[in-house]
Amino acid sequence: MKTRKNSKKVNHAIQDIKWETEYKHQQKKRNRTQTMENIIHGIFLLLGLITVGCVLLITVYLVISGIPAIKEIGIADFLFGKEWASTAAQPEYGILPFILTSIYGTAGAIVIGVPIGFMTAVYLSKMASPKVKSAMQTAVSLLAGIPSVVYGLVGMLVLVPGIRKIFNVPDGASLLAAIIVLAIMILPSIIKMSVTALDAVPKEYEDASLALGATPVETYFKVSVPAAKSGIAAAVVLGVGRAIGEAMAVMMVAGNVPNMPDSLFQSVRFLTTAVSSEMSYSSGLQRQALFSIALVLFLFIMLINVTLNFFLKREKE
Amino acid sequence: MKKLITIVLATVMAMSVFTGCSSEVAGAVSTDGSTSMEKVIGALGEAFQNDTGITFTYNPTGSGSGIKAVQEGRCDIGLSSRDLKAEEKDAGLTGTILAYDGIAIIVNPENPVADLSVETIAKIYKGEITNWAEVGGNDAEIVLIGREAGSGTRDGFESITDTEDACKYRQELTSTGDVITTVAQNPGAIGYASVASVKDTVKAVTVDGVAATEANIKDGSYVVQRPFVLVTKADTPLTESAQNFFDYITSADANEIISAAGVVPAN
Repeated sequence: MKTRKNSKKVNHAIQDIKWETEYKHQQKKRNRTQTMENIIHGIFLLLGLITVGCVLLITVYLVISGIPAIKEIGIADFLFGKEWASTAAQPEYGILPFILTSIYGTAGAIVIGVPIGFMTAVYLSKMASPKVKSAMQTAVSLLAGIPSVVYGLVGMLVLVPGIRKIFNVPDGASLLAAIIVLAIMILPSIIKMSVTALDAVPKEYEDASLALGATPVETYFKVSVPAAKSGIAAAVVLGVGRAIGEAMAVMMVAGNVPNMPDSLFQSVRFLTTAVSSEMSYSSGLQRQALFSIALVLFLFIMLINVTLNFFLKREKE
Repeated sequence: MKKLITIVLATVMAMSVFTGCSSEVAGAVSTDGSTSMEKVIGALGEAFQNDTGITFTYNPTGSGSGIKAVQEGRCDIGLSSRDLKAEEKDAGLTGTILAYDGIAIIVNPENPVADLSVETIAKIYKGEITNWAEVGGNDAEIVLIGREAGSGTRDGFESITDTEDACKYRQELTSTGDVITTVAQNPGAIGYASVASVKDTVKAVTVDGVAATEANIKDGSYVVQRPFVLVTKADTPLTESAQNFFDYITSADANEIISAAGVVPAN
């Protein structure tokens, strides 16, 4: 009797030990998986931080290298000075012409580009047959993929002489040429975002409107578009961002003389081209001032991004 | 693994910072500067590399950057397409003229004007003469095409014609090629570019009756010309290979290569 009991105990003990080893083994395995997980997490975090690090680095670098020139020139003289003559014996560093040109140029591009882009988006999203839609969307994507130097080249060889002949002006490189090139360049972003926004409008809204007797066109403009307005606004802001940041194409068609943008046919210089056209040969205060221009441009683009986020957030809600 | 790759990449990138201008490495010579000198220095460098086996590098950054690079010891020889300024000489730099580059005054081939004096060119660029009819051409507005501030060609042109800071440009373009393309397209345009890079698409006018030919530039009768300068530090001796290169390109043997590049040798 006693021996049986004992052997049972022994058996239990053996079982316990087995379980324990099994448990420990599992634990070890789990620990190893956990460590592996942690390492992978770490790597992903590191890669993510590279992006954040780049943004921080650029911001800090721009601020540090942009501030000294503004201090030396004086912020009012810098931002509101009408004269830019960086290499003159008596250098002038006023960037008001560049700021106004960038604003006018972008506004002009929006005035031309948004109606075209918006109407195209409404057509693509609501009216076009699937075949036409897919063909046109491919074309739009292709337009987005064309490098900006190609826009500039075509602008330089076709648009600039064209403007000279059509408007009978001495030279076609002007604010108008830049506006037209920018308007074409922002079309893809406007169309793509607007189409996405319009596609996301619930079909019930449109069905209800049609059932109430509204015509399709009335439905699109009075129901679909208002329902997608945040997305469309975001598309416009994205277009603004693209237009204000473009340098290469604009440099090739705008003439690059730091004039105040008094007329559409004036040769003008944008904030972006002010930096890129003089950077390669610059030195001393001139170079520092170019960094300051970059800082101003950076602030503009930050502002645009904040606006964009505001619209996108509202669309989500 | 990714960490390792990241580290390796970072190291490679960090190393590449030092390889750009390796003045310490034996058997290499680095130059940095004027984009206008690309053709001539490239030809010289290639010939030198073939003859001696010493690696030659050229970084086309512009005269200002090249002068700064040699000052900061980032390269052996700086290349400048203008004379050194007094402040640059004070900073311990010396310039040796390698060659002379003529700046051609170019107009559209349709333009009947074939000769301009330096004074007329200056007046045109200052905006005192605005119509081609005033200088014997068609009744058309003169469109002034120039280079961006800081460009060696612009600096050379403006200092020769004495129009510094006074030019009323209609377009400021960032490369010689752009200037030529623009002048070729606009019948009313006038521009300036290195003689070596002028093509058939534009017409080079004679200045005071003298054409921009090599002989005229060499004997100084064609006045719109500028020096190509080799910039070195006065107090620091060049490395052996850099000194070899310097002697090679300033010797009479190099003249043939310099002429072939479209500029006029100084020695």
